[in-house]
Amino acid sequence: MTDDDRQLRVSKIRNGTVIDHITGGQALNVLAILDIDGTSGESVSVAMNMPSDRLGKKDIVKVEGKELSQNEVDVLSLIAPAASINIVREFEVVEKHRVSRPSLVEGILECPNHNCISTEDEPVRSRFAVVDDGVRCEYCETIIRDNLPAHILAD
Amino acid sequence: MVGGGSGSKMRHDHIISAKQLSRADIEAVLDHAADIAADPSAYADRHADTLLGLLFFEPSTRTKMSFTTAMKRLGGDIVDMGSVESSSVKKGESLADTVRVVEGYADALVLRHPMEGSAKMASEFVDVPLVNAGDGAGQHPTQTLLDLYTIRENAGFDDLTIGIMGDLKYGRTVHSLAHALTNVDARQHFISPESLQLPRSVRYDLHQEGAKVREHTELDEVLPELDVLYVTRIQRERFPDESEYRAVAGQYRIDSETLKAAKDDLTVMHPLPRVDEIAHDVDDTEYATYFEQAYNGVPVRMALLDLLLEDNE
Ligand SMILES: [Zn+2]
Repeated sequence: MTDDDRQLRVSKIRNGTVIDHITGGQALNVLAILDIDGTSGESVSVAMNMPSDRLGKKDIVKVEGKELSQNEVDVLSLIAPAASINIVREFEVVEKHRVSRPSLVEGILECPNHNCISTEDEPVRSRFAVVDDGVRCEYCETIIRDNLPAHILAD
Repeated sequence: MVGGGSGSKMRHDHIISAKQLSRADIEAVLDHAADIAADPSAYADRHADTLLGLLFFEPSTRTKMSFTTAMKRLGGDIVDMGSVESSSVKKGESLADTVRVVEGYADALVLRHPMEGSAKMASEFVDVPLVNAGDGAGQHPTQTLLDLYTIRENAGFDDLTIGIMGDLKYGRTVHSLAHALTNVDARQHFISPESLQLPRSVRYDLHQEGAKVREHTELDEVLPELDVLYVTRIQRERFPDESEYRAVAGQYRIDSETLKAAKDDLTVMHPLPRVDEIAHDVDDTEYATYFEQAYNGVPVRMALLDLLLEDNE
């Protein structure tokens, strides 16, 4: 039995998503990206700094009743590039895939430049190109390098 | 292409940033501008029924006059939104709405707006060609093209050593020019106080393009090597108090005495208006090229409009 199997078994979920191989210490940021703060009642379990052959230490997040959108997976990949997404239905993993770095993230991050047109009341979504060392606003070219979760758009 | 008859065209619907222009695009505009400058009357009826829509959300009399002159010299006319304070622009209307309305009146649009990314966003809502005439601290590609034209006419694009001095942090003309110069064989020296050095997004781009770039705090370190010295204004509002501003700005001011250390054929440029960063005694020297540079805005904008309108007809 691999360590993956064992950990996935710890608290099985019926329907939802298990995000495994999250970079150690990033689990709470992953929840921020998924807009989960516990107030809407989802059952969530978080394991942090678990031993991992591949990553040294990894975090795991399990969310009952939620399947991730492509957009969410895209941003997740920026802070947890090795993460794997397991979609669970009726206790079985029905889909398993690795995240991949997108070339563009749309409508998720807010440009930190307050003088950027994308922060105004205009009919456009924010749009960032993924570059070597971060993400770059497609409108004003501001680069965000660190702490992406702090730039997630408020609803 | 018109005039030159080379048949080359620019494949752009909008001109948002100098970054979108390849070396071939730049040469196409500059060659065409040179043809126009040589015989402007040949172009006097080129766009007889064309209306250029001017949307200036912040005052820039000089740029507006230059675009107006360019369109009229091509035989066309302008429709002007007027100032933001005037009744023609409703307060609270989105930029996306404004450009979609004005698009109905004009064959091409020129936009100046105080926010970064405004021209890029506006271009996503219109089908007629849109030219960015400055978006906040962002891009101002026609200024870059006229700068390049002036550099090519005076110093050429081969084995060029250029010094760019002043406010490199906020100066959009500088960012745009620096990026455009990565298309040619240029060594770029940036001379500024430490607090006004290039922002990291610009440095990142130059690095990505493999540009030959060096930064300095003193002009005398590089002046003798330069073919072109591009001076920009250091603005008072960048400094907490008057005395600090005076102390810093004073170090980046040139006069005919300073230029004794320069090559005989140095070209001194400035996007204008200047305050006192170039002393008036430089005006009478062979170095002074800034008035020629300002004049070049007309043939360059004529060339750009002609190419854009031709492509979109
Ligand atoms: Zn932005």
